[in-house]
Amino acid sequence: MAYEVNGATVEHDEEGYITNLGDWTVELADVIAAAEEIEMDDERWEVVNFLRDYYDEYQIAPAVRVLIKALKKTMGPEKGNNKYMYELFPYGPAKQACKIAGLPKPTGCV
Amino acid sequence: MAEDIPNMEDALDIPCLKVGAMEGLKPFIAGADHQEALGFPGELVPNWKEKALEKMAEMAETNRAFQVYLDTCVKCGACTDKCHYFLGTGDPKNMPVARQDLLRSVYRRYFTFAGKYFPWLVGARDLTEDVLQEWYSYYHQCSECRRCSVFCPYGIDTAEITMAARDILAHVGIGQKYSNEIIGKVHTVGNNLGLPAKALGATLEDLEEDIEDETGVSVRIPLDEKGADILLVTPSADFFAEPHIDGLLGYAKVFHEAGVSWTVSSYASEAANFGLFIGNQDQMREVSLRIRKAAEDLGVKRIIFGECGHAWRVAYSFLDTLAGPFDFLDQNYPIPQHILEFTWDEIQKGTFKFDKSKNDHIRLTYHDSCNVARASRMGDEPGGQFEIPRNVIKSVCNNYFDMDRDTTRESTLCCGGGGGLLTDDLMDLRVKGASPRMTALQQVTEDHGVTHMAAICAICKTQFSKVMPKYGYDMDSILSVHQLVSNAIILTGQETDDAEEDND
Repeated sequence: MAYEVNGATVEHDEEGYITNLGDWTVELADVIAAAEEIEMDDERWEVVNFLRDYYDEYQIAPAVRVLIKALKKTMGPEKGNNKYMYELFPYGPAKQACKIAGLPKPTGCV
Repeated sequence: MAEDIPNMEDALDIPCLKVGAMEGLKPFIAGADHQEALGFPGELVPNWKEKALEKMAEMAETNRAFQVYLDTCVKCGACTDKCHYFLGTGDPKNMPVARQDLLRSVYRRYFTFAGKYFPWLVGARDLTEDVLQEWYSYYHQCSECRRCSVFCPYGIDTAEITMAARDILAHVGIGQKYSNEIIGKVHTVGNNLGLPAKALGATLEDLEEDIEDETGVSVRIPLDEKGADILLVTPSADFFAEPHIDGLLGYAKVFHEAGVSWTVSSYASEAANFGLFIGNQDQMREVSLRIRKAAEDLGVKRIIFGECGHAWRVAYSFLDTLAGPFDFLDQNYPIPQHILEFTWDEIQKGTFKFDKSKNDHIRLTYHDSCNVARASRMGDEPGGQFEIPRNVIKSVCNNYFDMDRDTTRESTLCCGGGGGLLTDDLMDLRVKGASPRMTALQQVTEDHGVTHMAAICAICKTQFSKVMPKYGYDMDSILSVHQLVSNAIILTGQETDDAEEDND
């Protein structure tokens, strides 16, 4: 199970989350997004970049509420809300956006 | 993922049989790392048959109930149509009696006289690798909700058989990825999510800010505060997911207004105990001991559990056995106590001021979570686990309607995601298994215009937020009970709309 990026292979688990977080690149994000039938645009990148920055600091993705609060400040209330996040990432901002951002899947009762 | 949504007229409609409909469905198998972290073999061991039968013999010897449950069933059929997965899938192997017989038939072959000598007469069968695979599939199509047990004239606890099968499987090297990865995270990080202390601290600070923005009142959500009176142990989903977080805000407001000192622990930042789901006592104990250690280290006097179904079952029924005695806690309070018991007590004392109209946009029903309903109690009266949540809801909400009595209280239907099945690789099963509950909900929507449903279990909340959209509801139609409390409570010193209106 692997993604192909510029001739290189990047391993992922059964659900498409990359196995080695250090393998992530911007090009890989586009490849994962394509596999998820999502086309990356500025807004999706803003979410992915926020998740990666947060992960750098805390070693976990933020709660959806924290993510939305941050995005409300930059995108405005029309877009910084749960509904809009699900429009951007239909399988959920936490799981699907994490996958594209090369972060581990949030586990547990979530 | 293509899912065909069952179309039921009544929540308990018996479906046409679809033989083999769910055959071969399997959640991801745990890799070696997730298995070995819990002391299980990393892959199927070469002598799996011997090991599996050894384990079964050990269970029959050390667990009297296990043997009685295997020996007693007379195949009367009372349980056949009581399982939401059978109702939702039509697969006859999801009839509880048939699912149990996948293991019982093997037990009979090796541990009963008739089965040893005349296996063909008593439906006894050899343990083969195909049988193991069949166990793995169908024992992960049971959420251990125990609805079928309510209707069993012998009181056979069918969930125990599912748990035993899963434990045997894990012991020969076939564990479930979802549950075992999560238990591993509890051992290393302290919670199912893998939420480190620093992130937990930052999240709680953020939530304190939210409450202050909303109410103008500074409400604390303390973390690791030594000397606090109460340790709150709550599912880590309460720090992460919606609508769980809104419930956490409710607990914080309730504690604040009651004027008690409390704290969350980063070491025991998880109420859930997936050791129950995989049927493994050692894992259950290890997870439970974290709670004891946190309580001792912080020097608290009381332990209160947040909204989590199976956590409350483990806490209420087993905590003392697993991690007791709790003689260092204040014996004047229940050990442990449920957050709803605490809130209801304070409501009766008249501690809170509520504006119920804050929930007037909601027409509500309540989903009894299976582990609370059938495996625990609250308060001093029989049935307290049914009445207390409803009493709290009715104190904060004007429009409340129960679902069909055959689908509530001790007869409640599972959400479809419990018992270690709340994983994306079982989504098809989860959607189908939810159909009886969704049909009962649709009935009260039709009859009473119900718009929302509340629950007190992290799994129920996540499961419903995922499957409700498939049945015509918004994902935010599922609510935490303490979210409703949070909406209605007027904190001392809170700026209210009324005050603003008076100014107009």
